[in-house]
Amino acid sequence: MDNSTFEERKTIAGSMHSNLRHDSAHKHVSGTADYIDDIPEPAGTLHGALGMTDRAHAQIVAMDLSDVEATHGVICVLTAKDMPHSNDISPSHLDDEPVLADGLVQFHGQPAFAVIAETRDIARRAARKAKITYRDLPHHTDILDALENGAEVVTKPLTLSRGDAEAELELSPRRLTGRMRIGGQEHFYLESHIAMAIPGEDDDITVWSSTQHPSEVQHMVGHVLGVPSNAVTVQVRRMGGGFGGKETQGNQFAALAAVAAKKLKRAVKFRPDRDEDMTATGKRHDFLVDYDVGFDDDGRIHAVKANYAARCGYSSDLSGPVTDRALFHADSSYFYPHVKLTSQPLKTHTVSNTAYRGFGGPQGMVGGERIIEEIAYTLGKDPLEIRKLNFYGEKGSGRDLTPYHQQVEDNIIQRIVAELEESADYQARRKAVVEFNTTSRIIRKGIALTPVKFGISFTMTAFNQAGALVHVYQDGSIHLNHGGTEMGQGLYTKVAQVLADSFQVDITNVKITATTTGKVPNTSATAASSGSDLNGMAAHDAARQIKERLVEFAAERWQTDAGNITFVPNHVKIGDELVPFPDFIKQAYFARVQLSAAGFYKTPKIHWDRNTGRGTPFYYFAYGASVSEVSIDTLTGEYMVDRVDVLHDVGKSLNPAIDIGQVEGAFVQGMGWLTTEELWWDAKGRLRTHAPSTYKIPLASDRPKIFNVKLAEWAENAEMTIGRSKAVGEPPFMLPISVLEALSMAVASVADYRECPRLDAPATPERVLMAVERLRTGKA
Amino acid sequence: MTQSAGSIRFILNDREIALASLSPTATLLDFLRLEKRLTGTKEGCAEGDCGACTVLVGRLSSEQLVYESVNACIRFTGSLNATHVVTVEHLAAKDGTLHPVQQAMVDYHGSQCGFCTPGFVMSLYGLWLSKDNPGRADIEKALQGNLCRCTGYEPIVKAAEAVAQARPDAVFDPIVKVRDDIIAKLSAIRSTQTIRIDSDDASLIIPGTVTDLTDALADHPQATIVAGSTDVGLWVTKQMRALNPVIFINGLEDLQFIREMDGGILIGAGVSYSTAFSAISARYPAFGRMLDRLGGEQVRNMGTIGGNVANGSPIGDTPPPLIALGASVNLRSKAGARTVPLEAYFIEYGRQDRKPGEFVESIFVPDLPSDDHFAVYKISKRRDEDISALCGAFRIALDSDNTVRSARIAFGGMAGTPKRASNVEAALSGKPWTEETVKAAQTAFDMDYQPLTDWRATAEYRILTAKNLLLRFFLETSGQKAELVRFEVTA
Repeated sequence: MDNSTFEERKTIAGSMHSNLRHDSAHKHVSGTADYIDDIPEPAGTLHGALGMTDRAHAQIVAMDLSDVEATHGVICVLTAKDMPHSNDISPSHLDDEPVLADGLVQFHGQPAFAVIAETRDIARRAARKAKITYRDLPHHTDILDALENGAEVVTKPLTLSRGDAEAELELSPRRLTGRMRIGGQEHFYLESHIAMAIPGEDDDITVWSSTQHPSEVQHMVGHVLGVPSNAVTVQVRRMGGGFGGKETQGNQFAALAAVAAKKLKRAVKFRPDRDEDMTATGKRHDFLVDYDVGFDDDGRIHAVKANYAARCGYSSDLSGPVTDRALFHADSSYFYPHVKLTSQPLKTHTVSNTAYRGFGGPQGMVGGERIIEEIAYTLGKDPLEIRKLNFYGEKGSGRDLTPYHQQVEDNIIQRIVAELEESADYQARRKAVVEFNTTSRIIRKGIALTPVKFGISFTMTAFNQAGALVHVYQDGSIHLNHGGTEMGQGLYTKVAQVLADSFQVDITNVKITATTTGKVPNTSATAASSGSDLNGMAAHDAARQIKERLVEFAAERWQTDAGNITFVPNHVKIGDELVPFPDFIKQAYFARVQLSAAGFYKTPKIHWDRNTGRGTPFYYFAYGASVSEVSIDTLTGEYMVDRVDVLHDVGKSLNPAIDIGQVEGAFVQGMGWLTTEELWWDAKGRLRTHAPSTYKIPLASDRPKIFNVKLAEWAENAEMTIGRSKAVGEPPFMLPISVLEALSMAVASVADYRECPRLDAPATPERVLMAVERLRTGKA
Repeated sequence: MTQSAGSIRFILNDREIALASLSPTATLLDFLRLEKRLTGTKEGCAEGDCGACTVLVGRLSSEQLVYESVNACIRFTGSLNATHVVTVEHLAAKDGTLHPVQQAMVDYHGSQCGFCTPGFVMSLYGLWLSKDNPGRADIEKALQGNLCRCTGYEPIVKAAEAVAQARPDAVFDPIVKVRDDIIAKLSAIRSTQTIRIDSDDASLIIPGTVTDLTDALADHPQATIVAGSTDVGLWVTKQMRALNPVIFINGLEDLQFIREMDGGILIGAGVSYSTAFSAISARYPAFGRMLDRLGGEQVRNMGTIGGNVANGSPIGDTPPPLIALGASVNLRSKAGARTVPLEAYFIEYGRQDRKPGEFVESIFVPDLPSDDHFAVYKISKRRDEDISALCGAFRIALDSDNTVRSARIAFGGMAGTPKRASNVEAALSGKPWTEETVKAAQTAFDMDYQPLTDWRATAEYRILTAKNLLLRFFLETSGQKAELVRFEVTA
């Protein structure tokens, strides 16, 4: 490791730790940033549309596609039997996810055929002309229905256990049980899924795919076509948002485009309409949490037992690791002396749920925070008091072991919370809120401070690797490529900063290029907040290799020690001589120095044994906390978020401007999940909230009216991450749990805070009003 | 009628466009992206909800040139005659220098994935052109029709605040500079001649006068009349319905009026929500506040009260206040004109009192006596740009002894049509206006309404909230604060 790059330098433009704008910002605002649908289409490009079923669970008895095929402009119709090698794109390799339904429909809208036509409009219109005959089968879309119907699990459940939870629950001075429903969430990336496949010679095919995981699209396309991975190239310059929704869900569109392109020897593009995208692609998992907690009169937790049942949809997809991560975060920031956590990844007749920012972690934490809330209301205390009492202790305190037996070594939650409590003036404001509620009949207020501790690393250890390809050209300009994908999070910018910093050249000399499986192979999904940790280090490694060669060359050319050669801003300093970087590179080229390198990184330390539920799945934890204050209308359940204060830990930030953007954006997205974003299925198993007219993500006017977001400037990663930074994509998504709890407190005021309102998520105005009614009337 | 084959003529950025062949349901978004390769304008939802396709459309209104943000995804190209369409590509200078609105979005980190960004830029540009020193409330209102999933909006609002200081006349601006030229060109294009374009599968008709419209409907009683296309647009993009013929009335000057009458105002059916806003909020402030939450800015710039009434939706937001105010609808056909009280116009779900060949010409809204109490409450899952779970309008007149002289209450979202709460009204009339009366009257809602459960709300929530809104109305008439307000309204 070259530790010199961790020193702070401020003289080049775009060094690490500087507030650099997004590399594409000027293109975003002028409409010149190309998304896949904006790329000029090859001559003769055809367009695909999904043929969707209208049963939640049924056998397909007959499928008459003659009217579809006869439509003017339709070129061909694909069904399951048209998949050249395999009709399966299961990312979990459980062979449970068909490209096109083959005889059995398992969720409403599941595609059973695809139309390829001269135009997208023709394809979409033709797709509605199919006549499908079904034999209906019983369906269950809801978790409770699934449980009552003895639904199977889509993948093996997990148990995390430490101590003897059963026995300690019995022995605890106090004990309570409860149940919480936590809703799912649609990603609502603004750019819907899209893939464009361009056939090549022999088996070759190139696919432009809006995906967070080009390597998996490559594998899936190869698998469906029956060609080796080396025949498939997958490219993506940028996505219009991903949030986990493009980790596995792009496979279907890419595979269909590729199959049609090879079959017809023409470029084929698939771009589902928003409603089709929302119907046919997976979402965040809903959970039903049953908890049983033992505690004492002070509020200190003795034991926790909880079951996390999840709506996984019809197939496994990523439900295994998602439900695992829910359990990994069921402790939130708290030490459970005795604990037993179980997952129940249930099969339902709904679209297969998938990755979504936090990957089950947020649902785990919401359950953990509900337990704190229950204890607080039972004891008549401020939940913050209960939180402080139960936080993980310092390393070696005896209160530092997680339910998965990983020691928490980098705990800073006490400091984060203490600073935020002070800076947000929490105590005085809580008093004021309680006072307000004593005199206000209709409008009530609530305030809450909740913590975040989020584990960083893929729990699948093998995924914690990354590659980068760096070329330095003769004119000193630098070409950067890595396996991470850009979905708006600023990853390309951050990795370019790492490279500029490594070579000590202005960032304008670094060209960021589209992610492609042809340049960096075997990449992991840009997911689990890992993008800059992994790819930043890989790029840094590539730069290290080139610099080592350059130093060796210079030492020989200038006849000096390697120690006398340093990379200084836009120059190389050799003894007392300053050589401009481009001149130096030109000389190195003529001396036949290899100016290209493939960098590689794998995360150290981590290991995880799922069978025993023991290990160190996380390299480190990211921390944060927020205070939210809200007002509710007790006649209608309507509410407003009046003020939010955030203090968040991103280690030593690679780019504070981008990181604050991530924190603010994650907060509002998480707030949407917990408040207005509701997925609603009807009795036929149809998702009826499948467009922005019916599914309500936050607007500018929903964001906190006062929104103070600060990074913990003193924070530094205890581990040797790139620039001592920390991952930022997912952790702040859990900050708005304080909004849910503040709403809960406002509701609780109508019964003088004697009872935990048990406000489920999403806390729509309806749920808020019904909770108010429940507390007022005293009915369960 | 005056017949002319004609073509659709408009200005796209700095180029004049003439389309002699055009499907009536072809959208502006497809025209921009597929035909003109102007790919800066994005498709996010194809239903006018996300704003990624926002462009400005300039039109002549009382000889003024006004630019309004609209959703290109549900705007039919055939409705653009004599307009100036401005897309995001038109903002930066030829040398690439960004417009101040764009530069502020860069400087304040207002973009992340960037897909929604062109739409935000256009909405902010529309605000910047039309309003000096907008406050946070103005900015949020201008952005109600734009969804961003990445930023949490904070940097976008900050960019909007920052750029408010740089005024159009102070810098280069692609519109400000050529305004007179555009006015001259649009005036030349504008015509009172009927335009008719027949394509392979359907025809579009743009009547030049109300008489032409009447004739066209007599000839084609099954024609689809399109004003703002904020609803019909979805019939095409989502349901893929074939419409033939389509009659566009958005440019029909004869329907663009707000007339002061004895005892009320007469609103032409072609008047957009945005245009009607000031007249309505001046006379019925509560109605105006609700209009601020109807759709997003783009929808309000396109959609019309006439269309909201004509299409008969049970969840349209303007019928409840209009019914409570005692509005009436003026219908016209070749057979003549007639007037129907608005509440009688809605017969049952999906059926209105509009005969084939008839169209809504205008809506008369009576004045509100100064001592009447009037309130409009829209309840939705999300506060802004959402379809109502329920929308209630309350109007009450009190005698000097605090007795209820008359009560008019109407709700949307509670039945198959917008409907009066006649049992509740009866329970209030002649009673003292007290909380006891209100409590007793609340139970009458159960007789008036049997609402449905759907994705917007359960039946239980709807009926409970309707009852509670009566209490809110009572409390507010008694001077007690009972509603959340994000920004106090300033004059």
